[in-house]
Amino acid sequence: MVAQNIFFGIIAAAMVLSAIRVVTTKNVVHAALYLVLVLAGVAAQFILVGAEFTGVTQVLVYIGAVIVLFLFGIMLTRARIGQEMDVDNERRWIAGLTAVLLFAVMTFALVDAFEDTDIEANAALAPQTTQAVSDSIFRDYLIPFEAVSFLLLAALIGAIVVARRE
Amino acid sequence: MWLNQFLVLGAVLFCIGVYGVLARRNGVMVLMSIELILNAVNINLVAFGAFHQTPAGQVFALFVIAVAAAEVGVGLALVLLIYRNRSSIDLESVDLLKG
Repeated sequence: MVAQNIFFGIIAAAMVLSAIRVVTTKNVVHAALYLVLVLAGVAAQFILVGAEFTGVTQVLVYIGAVIVLFLFGIMLTRARIGQEMDVDNERRWIAGLTAVLLFAVMTFALVDAFEDTDIEANAALAPQTTQAVSDSIFRDYLIPFEAVSFLLLAALIGAIVVARRE
Repeated sequence: MWLNQFLVLGAVLFCIGVYGVLARRNGVMVLMSIELILNAVNINLVAFGAFHQTPAGQVFALFVIAVAAAEVGVGLALVLLIYRNRSSIDLESVDLLKG
């Protein structure tokens, strides 16, 4: 328990610092690379909580595919490599205030609702292994799964049609 | 481990993502901030799935990952189109509908 909490703290601190760098750095490529750290931290948290299949999928899909897509997007829009002075608009203070207030409200609600509920409080029930996840996808959630695969196909064809040169 | 550890971490990431969406003027950076928001939701889904000992949390996190991949594809295509039409991805300059 203690070791898990220590690792949670280390990973969470790295994630929050990287996430802040993602939204504050002036370099677009650095923002993408800090995003890799956040996504890897999310995968680590998934594995920490016992969701190993989702963690591996997170690494494959996000770090493997989405980040590459972002780097391609940065390259194709010819963002200057290096410092860019005008990546933030003039509303950043009101945006920061909004984020802080939103965080205060959410944290108050969460602490008020769940206090110190233990995540392993009912661990005696069915484990949520990869087998359980796959059974669940292909039995209970088969129709949503097919809908998601169709959505993915439609979105990728749509992306090609939108980005194609005439 | 407390449930609230994961929920508050999700809240932090969500709020950082909201700040990014509101404060950035580069289209690609706004999309990155949206990824932060989606990942915050995934942390919440997986944490509640572990708390209730049901695979449904992970299943919906996987659905969110798939939809996020589709969203990034379409979003970057749109950013590319904006760049091709205006030679810039500054979202402040996309104001044709402004009265």
